[in-house]
Amino acid sequence: MSKMHVKMNVNGKEVEGLAEPRTLLIHFLRENLNITGPHIGCETSHCGACTVDMDGKSVKSCTVFVAQAQGKDVTTVEGLVNEDGSLGVIQEMFREHHGLQCGFCTPGMITRAHRLLQENPNPTEEEIRFGMAGNLCRCTGYQNIVKSIAAAADTLNAQKEAAE
Amino acid sequence: MIPAGFEYHRPSDIASAVSILQEHGDEARVIAGGHSLIPMMKLRMADMGHLIDLQDIDALKGISLMGDTVTIGAMVTQHELITSATLANAVPIIKEAALLIADPQVRYVGTVGGNVANGDPGNDMPGLMQCLNASYELSGPDGTRTVAAREFYEAAYFTARDDEEILTRIHIPVPAAGTGYAYEKQKRKIGDYATAASAVMLRVVDGVCAEASIAMTNLADTPVFAEAASAALYGRALDDAAIGDAVSAAIEATDPVADNRGPVEFKKHVASVILRRAIDRAASRAS
Repeated sequence: MSKMHVKMNVNGKEVEGLAEPRTLLIHFLRENLNITGPHIGCETSHCGACTVDMDGKSVKSCTVFVAQAQGKDVTTVEGLVNEDGSLGVIQEMFREHHGLQCGFCTPGMITRAHRLLQENPNPTEEEIRFGMAGNLCRCTGYQNIVKSIAAAADTLNAQKEAAE
Repeated sequence: MIPAGFEYHRPSDIASAVSILQEHGDEARVIAGGHSLIPMMKLRMADMGHLIDLQDIDALKGISLMGDTVTIGAMVTQHELITSATLANAVPIIKEAALLIADPQVRYVGTVGGNVANGDPGNDMPGLMQCLNASYELSGPDGTRTVAAREFYEAAYFTARDDEEILTRIHIPVPAAGTGYAYEKQKRKIGDYATAASAVMLRVVDGVCAEASIAMTNLADTPVFAEAASAALYGRALDDAAIGDAVSAAIEATDPVADNRGPVEFKKHVASVILRRAIDRAASRAS
């Protein structure tokens, strides 16, 4: 099968590459673009480690063909840092509240939490758990992940208030 | 987990998509959200020379209310079903059911059209659409036609849709004001298909059931529209005896197979518990 000329915006930059249409978005990100934040966990759309943001939706990039992602805006965990390169609020709160142990699921967790907080800036604990149900963690038991996201919501809201 | 290669098409209108289907016959398939098809392709249980992506066809998008009919475009995602104010007012059972499908990431991408057209007995929307007496609009080389959801499903993955047709829209009659509703689903974990699920709509007038519609999911190789169960409720007060009769009639209409969700007896038991809950909750919402 012939390769197609793929163009998309990843983390604010226009990128391009050659890939077969059947290439999965996760493979294109990791192998063509060397963006290795999103992880390949189960590769069966269960675990959520490959979660990226695509046109304002959390998607599992192991279940998207690169051809479907042609022309889209994609954000990975690398794109969620502050402008000066320091950790973004959600990333910082995961660090501070010990929201990770081995760290394998973390890029997917943080990318998903980013979209969740965009849609619901004041989630209850129950809403955080429901909103994060597509991401599996085998280390933490989720307790500290939920705490990290709640803390990130508080911090982001305080920042927003201060700015206004 | 790499699927076989294919040629990729992204047409911008229905006619172009149909003509690609016509040109390549059973070598071509349409893809909506892809969250059923791509896993099958990765397992090499599905492969095709031509994949037709429907994402750029605007005519397949949007939710509208015209008179007493809601029309949902086939490419509307589960997430859009959940966040639609129109649907929340007109047919709230759809949101209740969509929230029980898969997980957030899958709901952003998975579409209602893919869910009803695929013919997978594990999908929740086919049973729900039978309960709501929805109809599906199909576009093909000879124009468009409409098929009732209750007539659409023939066997697992076999439906009334021809290979050269695309399911484009779903039409749903808006239930009468005061209709009670409930969608109940038992699943082993987030992301699993139902062990049993049940959609119930009913109206109560002067203390007796004036209308009932009951459908069940993943308990046969097609959705189970349980007419006998609805009939068992009709004209009666919704007491234990009537509900018990309806549950028995519904279970009689199921034909589950043993799998990793449990043996047949277990599935029937779960189905009866789920259906009883759905009827109780629908009755409590009827006014």
